[in-house]
Amino acid sequence: MSTISAPRTRAGILGKTWRRRIGNTLAYITLTALSLLFLIPLAWLFLTSLMTLKQATSFPPEWIPNPVQFDNYIKALKFWNFARSFRNTAIVTSAVMIGELLSCTLVAYGFARLRFPGRNFLFIVLMSTMMLPGVVTMVPLYILFSKIQWVNTFLPLTVPAFFGGAFYIFLLRQFFMTIPEELIDAARIDGAGELNIWARIMLPLSGPAIIVVAIFSFQGAWNDFMGPLIYLNNEKLHTMALSLHMFRGLPGQGSIINQMMAATVMMVLPMLIVFAVFQRYFIQGVTLTGLKG
Amino acid sequence: MLSSVTTQAVARVPHRGLSPLRRREAILGYLFISPWVLGFLFFTLGPFLASMYLSLTDYTILRAGEWVGLKNYIRAFTREPLFWTSLYNTAWYVVFVVPTRIVLGFLLALLLNTKVRGLAAWRTFFYMPTVTPIVATTILWLFLLNPNFGMINYALSLLGIEPLPWLTSPTWSKPALFLMSLWWVGGNMVIFLAGLQGIPQHLYEAAELDGANAWHRLIHVTIPMMTPTIFFNLIMNIIGTFQVFTQAFIMTGGGPLNSTRFYMLYLYDHAFRFFEMGYASALAWVLFVIIMIFTLLTLRSSERWVFYGH
Repeated sequence: MSTISAPRTRAGILGKTWRRRIGNTLAYITLTALSLLFLIPLAWLFLTSLMTLKQATSFPPEWIPNPVQFDNYIKALKFWNFARSFRNTAIVTSAVMIGELLSCTLVAYGFARLRFPGRNFLFIVLMSTMMLPGVVTMVPLYILFSKIQWVNTFLPLTVPAFFGGAFYIFLLRQFFMTIPEELIDAARIDGAGELNIWARIMLPLSGPAIIVVAIFSFQGAWNDFMGPLIYLNNEKLHTMALSLHMFRGLPGQGSIINQMMAATVMMVLPMLIVFAVFQRYFIQGVTLTGLKG
Repeated sequence: MLSSVTTQAVARVPHRGLSPLRRREAILGYLFISPWVLGFLFFTLGPFLASMYLSLTDYTILRAGEWVGLKNYIRAFTREPLFWTSLYNTAWYVVFVVPTRIVLGFLLALLLNTKVRGLAAWRTFFYMPTVTPIVATTILWLFLLNPNFGMINYALSLLGIEPLPWLTSPTWSKPALFLMSLWWVGGNMVIFLAGLQGIPQHLYEAAELDGANAWHRLIHVTIPMMTPTIFFNLIMNIIGTFQVFTQAFIMTGGGPLNSTRFYMLYLYDHAFRFFEMGYASALAWVLFVIIMIFTLLTLRSSERWVFYGH
């Protein structure tokens, strides 16, 4: 990492280079072997989604789809109504992302840049909710949403997003604090209101932090299973996560593994594309989580 | 007249604490954070208190509950063998998964921190399973673990090991889920790697000058400097694994013979299949207290082994 090389002792130059070379080779061999363990299952998922059922269930496993059967995707979309599930997932995910980005940036601005009595106390409360396991609030929330007739609508999954999320608020606040105070003061002297400052100064200058929140928000909503499982019984509202679970349980359907894999690919692919495009931000976000302690 | 107004105004400022300008800022501040305050009251604090109350009633979705005191808790501890089974299964999972995932994540991060080329690519490979939707991962593993044509039994057969029945056998179902959990080692790895990269290089140089070999540097520099990160990963993994649900729910539904009936599956059944909200709330509180105890124990012990400072 650093440009300063370690001072070498007289005795060890040759021994050290050799040891380093052997160590390096071993490191690459281990890394290659391990990454195969992580990549082969994903590769198999994509390959199987293009196979005939007979080929997909052959033993020993076959690798190259022959013939290539794109039909699996069309069947999954049509017969399983997976197109509808895809649309539902997209609706819920967009609503959650809009809600979380809007509410979290507003709240983070309040915590980062406005002074009010009790600010530190409230921020500690916010931080401590991050440690609260979801299991304690699950049952009363269900009762609340069923009392107001929200079960079998997207509302229990989307509306809470408009009320902020502790981790994202924390992340954005940390970022907002690094934006120079002078910029904000200058805008205030020019008569800009706080909402204006939030929209015209904070948001444009916080691109990286906003991207981190956006992708985590996308990941959370796209991958969610427990939420849809509890709140969406109506088949017309099922998200992809729920549909996959249902197909797997249907007698006869769950064994059509090539179509099953095609449906799974359709759920995985958008997520992996987002990851591939924004992976730098993913790593940054995860790193921030881990290093705050 | 004029002077009395001035003195009044001057006297008022320190008493009230906030000048009009400051008061305006405070009001705006509360407005800005109001979405979170409302969300906290309605979606966190309210339900949190409600679940404590519900756990002391026999509430079901159909009728308002009556106060039953500690009956739900007594029922769980004394009359429900499945409660203990699910607790045992969850403990098994936590005990095997958490340390393994911490150690493997740490080793992987060490390996990636040896100035290998293509760091970003390796990191991507290992992190990819962590972003893959858990339902998709579960469906994929269902087929990897298939006893007849699954990849894992095929790999074992190459090593000359007889095919294992994995998810259809009470003996092998938990090890199967353990195996699957290691696929998510990338999350820990990324956090460890960031921690490793944050260790000041001069510490290693100083150790090397003192004649420390690689092993000594690991024990005396790397690990002490990494303890805060290890501590963080430990707590997060404990909270997460105690709530293990989706993979077992989809793969086995808790079977065979309840061998993968984890605590959250047991709770889910009572809350959303039998609609025994009172009993389910009591179960939620038992799990909450268990998680809190483990978090506090880790926190307590951390005073002895976590090293903060530069």
